[in-house]
Amino acid sequence: MSLEKFSYDNRTVKWFAYATVGWGLAGMLAGLWIALSLVIPQMNLDYAPTTFGRLRPVHTNAVVFAFVGNGIFMGIYYSLQRLCKTRMYSDLLSKLHFWGWQAIIAGGTLTLLMGYTTGKEYAELEWPFDIAITVVWVIFGANMLGTILRRREAHLYVAIWFYIGTWVAVAMLHIVNSFEMPVSLFKSYSWYAGVQDALVQWWYGHNAVAFFLTTPYLGLMYYFIPKAANRPVYSYRWSIIHFWALIFIYIWAGPHHLLYTSLPEWAQSLGTAFSIMLIAPSWGGMLNGLLTLRGAWDRVREDAILKFFVVALTCYGMATFEGPMLSLKNVNAVSHFTDWTIAHVHVGALGWNGFLTFGILYWLMPRLFSTQLYSRKWANTHFWLGILGIVFYVIPMYWAAFTQSMMWKAFTGEGQLKYQFLETVTTIVPMYALRGLGGILYLSGVVLMAVNLAKTVRRGTFVANEPAAAAPLPKVIPVHGKTYWHNRIERRPVQMTVFSLIVVGIGGIFEMVPTFLVRSNIPTIGSVKPYTPLELHGRDVYIREGCYTCHSQMVRPFRDEVARYGEYSKAGEFVYDHPFQWGSKRTGPDLARIGGKYPDSWHYNHMLDPTSMSPGSIMPAYPWLLDNRIDKTKTPAMIRAMRKLGVPYPHNYELQANADLEQQAKEITASLQNDKLETLPDREIVALIAYLQRIGKDIKGNKDLSDL
Amino acid sequence: MKFINYLQSIDGVSLYPMVSLVLFTAFFLLASLWALKADKRTIAHNSRIPLDNDNTQVL
Repeated sequence: MSLEKFSYDNRTVKWFAYATVGWGLAGMLAGLWIALSLVIPQMNLDYAPTTFGRLRPVHTNAVVFAFVGNGIFMGIYYSLQRLCKTRMYSDLLSKLHFWGWQAIIAGGTLTLLMGYTTGKEYAELEWPFDIAITVVWVIFGANMLGTILRRREAHLYVAIWFYIGTWVAVAMLHIVNSFEMPVSLFKSYSWYAGVQDALVQWWYGHNAVAFFLTTPYLGLMYYFIPKAANRPVYSYRWSIIHFWALIFIYIWAGPHHLLYTSLPEWAQSLGTAFSIMLIAPSWGGMLNGLLTLRGAWDRVREDAILKFFVVALTCYGMATFEGPMLSLKNVNAVSHFTDWTIAHVHVGALGWNGFLTFGILYWLMPRLFSTQLYSRKWANTHFWLGILGIVFYVIPMYWAAFTQSMMWKAFTGEGQLKYQFLETVTTIVPMYALRGLGGILYLSGVVLMAVNLAKTVRRGTFVANEPAAAAPLPKVIPVHGKTYWHNRIERRPVQMTVFSLIVVGIGGIFEMVPTFLVRSNIPTIGSVKPYTPLELHGRDVYIREGCYTCHSQMVRPFRDEVARYGEYSKAGEFVYDHPFQWGSKRTGPDLARIGGKYPDSWHYNHMLDPTSMSPGSIMPAYPWLLDNRIDKTKTPAMIRAMRKLGVPYPHNYELQANADLEQQAKEITASLQNDKLETLPDREIVALIAYLQRIGKDIKGNKDLSDL
Repeated sequence: MKFINYLQSIDGVSLYPMVSLVLFTAFFLLASLWALKADKRTIAHNSRIPLDNDNTQVL
């Protein structure tokens, strides 16, 4: 049989590798900045783009989509060609994919800093970017599928299934979660509201973890560990079971982000049950990878790459045990809204995603440049810096989480809450400092890697197109044993893709459809009314400044929460919240019942300088709100958009909305004047005050909104 | 676009999760059966695909 000659495209792989390192540095630097700004609030710089609320989504988007994202593409473009024994389907699509993705990242960073955000975690980029992401993802999928269809190896290695599953799931997740109604070029409102929005968001959010941070990396693991260890994976049979079990079960886990919230009970329980079941396939994958190295552990001692891979898998195992534990309601009651969630995320992100990426880079770059790694010693140093970084990150966060949670729940002998919220924050700031140290250590390791790789590149010669040869596919593919139906599916990637979509869609549909359709899931509360135009503007300010990154809006049915915040939150209160703003973290107190608690002047002073009202507060100051004007030209578009989404504003209300806005603004300005504060009614602070004074008030009975 | 048409109630909403559980269990059993019974040589060949850069269709 004559061999066909072709060449592997290494250029695209190289570009993705550079992007991975570059964006990794940038994203981690942003993370370090916000971590330190919790210890040194002056680092917010009194400047909107550098406040915690704006920088946090920059950090999360950069490390997930720019660092891990480019890492995924780097690994897939390298491995898929060699597993299929063919060049990537289209050099043009490869270029479009690469530059398209980087353009999205660059544009996204800019717009996030400017405050253009949807207010939904890990999906903050506004609608033009959502469209761009869809286009680039389709380009990527076409390139991948074309390559698979052109392959010279009949069997699809398990890594390829993970790549296909990833592509399918991410497409579905992105599209469903991005249903939004544009109001202007960079502003939209979520199609869903309240409880439904929360469920869709966390179906998406947890499956972003599953199908962006886990499955593609498992695919890469199944390729690069055998390559680095030069032995096949421990059990190919297990890897098949692992794949199908994982992609089915993962989809259902989303509700574990919403335990003890207003999400219907049955949906919460589903999330918990499937999260526990998820331990099995996750650990199956971890063990499969680790056992691949059985009998070769002496090599792990010598080889930094294998060290990175082993620790990556171990951290994957830790995170995938901790996650299901956090999905148990009794554990979640302690952990939710605390730093335990952040600790958990970073075990996975720093350990699994970070270390696997580093291992792949150290293995890949010398080969792309036909040389040796510049310094193996530095690679080992990086390994230890990384380990220390993870330890110093995670352990203080556990300490902080338990401390804060116990303090929240503490009562005196007389039955009063023992601690003010602010006390629980100032107590754990030293832990935040230690976590910052962890970040510095981890980032130093990455810097060391960047220098090491740069020097490796300098001393090598790049082979842009690596020559290769392989026999074409025979007309009849030989098959051993009986031809089970799975063999047939495995060789039909298009069918495989469709099948994966069905499997992965079932979980989503069956969890979300009943929630959406059954009216009794969201009991209607008669006194809950739509936001006024001024409050809508205020809510947009709240979203823009990223207040939800530190403040939750969900009082859970616990004694200590009801005592501290007021009546626990009911599902029906959120029916007009496009998007929902329940939040995930309490660096600051919950705001679900803030309406009417403090006078307007308190909020004015607090936004101007939080420490004036809360001594020791680490919240950034927002002085620009006192100068920025409300953009009233947007009001009619906002009302129309909300009405289209089902909020019952009367017909033609947009013609009168600004008049109502100005009336309500004058009332607030008057009340501020009573407390010797002078401001004009068209300033954003007035809108924000209006919104804050409205939150959670509707179920408190017939109170005049401006009665303070 | 409006969510005006909520069903007042779904009789037996528990059918949905039941169906999905049954589907999942059936699928998982089938996939496991295949994986455990597949021919040794096929499995050996498949697991070596990343390693043998110049393997032709070795049977």
